[in-house]
Amino acid sequence: MMRALGWVAALGLLGGLGAAFGYAPREVAQGNVQRIMYLHVPAVLTAYLAFGLVLLGSVAYLFSRRAGWDRLAAAAAELGVLFTGLTIVSGSIWGKPTWGTWWTWDARLTSTAVLFLVYVGYLLLRAMVEEPWQRARYAAVVGIVGAVNIPIVHFSVKWWRALHQPSTILGPEPSPIAGAIALALFVNWVAFTLLFAYFLSRRMEIARLEEDLVR
Amino acid sequence: MTAYTRRAWIILWKDLLTERRSKETLNALFFFTVLLLFLFQFALGPDRERLRAALPGLLWLGFILAGLLGFGRTFLAERENDCWDGLLLTPGDKSAIYVGKLLGNFLLMITVEVMLLALFAIFYDVAVWQVAAPLAVVLVLGTVGLAAVGTLFAAMTAQVRARELLFPVLLIPVQVPVLLATVSATQAVLLGQPLADSAPWLKLLAGADVVYLVIGVLTFEFILET
Repeated sequence: MMRALGWVAALGLLGGLGAAFGYAPREVAQGNVQRIMYLHVPAVLTAYLAFGLVLLGSVAYLFSRRAGWDRLAAAAAELGVLFTGLTIVSGSIWGKPTWGTWWTWDARLTSTAVLFLVYVGYLLLRAMVEEPWQRARYAAVVGIVGAVNIPIVHFSVKWWRALHQPSTILGPEPSPIAGAIALALFVNWVAFTLLFAYFLSRRMEIARLEEDLVR
Repeated sequence: MTAYTRRAWIILWKDLLTERRSKETLNALFFFTVLLLFLFQFALGPDRERLRAALPGLLWLGFILAGLLGFGRTFLAERENDCWDGLLLTPGDKSAIYVGKLLGNFLLMITVEVMLLALFAIFYDVAVWQVAAPLAVVLVLGTVGLAAVGTLFAAMTAQVRARELLFPVLLIPVQVPVLLATVSATQAVLLGQPLADSAPWLKLLAGADVVYLVIGVLTFEFILET
């Protein structure tokens, strides 16, 4: 079952590559660089899914005290950090040729970076607490605080930029996405979600085996 | 006085009494803020204008550094002489302990902030007194936010090996909104703008404070149990 999911995800990623480089047209203004979007956008969507699952696992663990929920939160947090990192790096590589800079303190970039740091803290906490039940409880509280904080971070960073200086580099809103590009994006998004599901189930399985080993 | 507020009050009173007798935290924090003042001066050089432009950020940088040291100690005393078990044995809602500790941290931080502000006013010739009332609003709203999450995470990290390292690593990213809001509002207030100009920031701070307090009250009992 899990192996089948892995193969489906691999096929999806191949299809996504094909859609991104073969099917989708070359963007007029940015050229081929724009194709980074097919990695960038699915990565950030997957990261949000992951952090949503961290919240779910954390709340459910505190209510039920079942180790499975803690494993879900832990595995999702690791993958969330991975995909957020991928988002930041791919965005950086995309930003250099289009905006002329690797990094700018734009609202979205900043809030994504904060998100990354919050969940890196979550993983550090997990690594530093040895007693499993204590680790699960502490991590659940941090997982809840981190998730609830996301909208607050979002608005504060947005206003911070708005009140300081308007964004000069990003320019006006992008035009609505063309049909072929949207379809290629959709294929990649599905592939990333499948990949995430595969990684998540594998990671949770490994965590369960680890717990059995300790016991 | 309900049993809940009485329990919170007892915790606060105990901590205040210990602090009054030992004077450990406050004295050290005062000295620390003086050192911070030196550091800011050395880092930015003698140019007074430049220092004044960076002042709101420096102030809150100082507050959060002092807070990291002060909050981190909140639950350390409870680890000695099995006090932690004593806290666990208190009857009723455990979040009363959180509220008591939070109030203690709030008072400690406000004291440190007033001291640091006074030092800034003296050494950098900042007109603090004229804007004392709006500044107090920003200070209180920001400090509640800092202390609410700080107290919660301090209870957590008190039991962890690499406490000194983990506490700031957990607290600082979560507190980014509070820092952005307080620094912006403080800047506006120090420039003499009316408080209404910073209304969005103050609303954000108030909202964040409520969210952090609710989460703290709801989740504290999970942290306290051993």
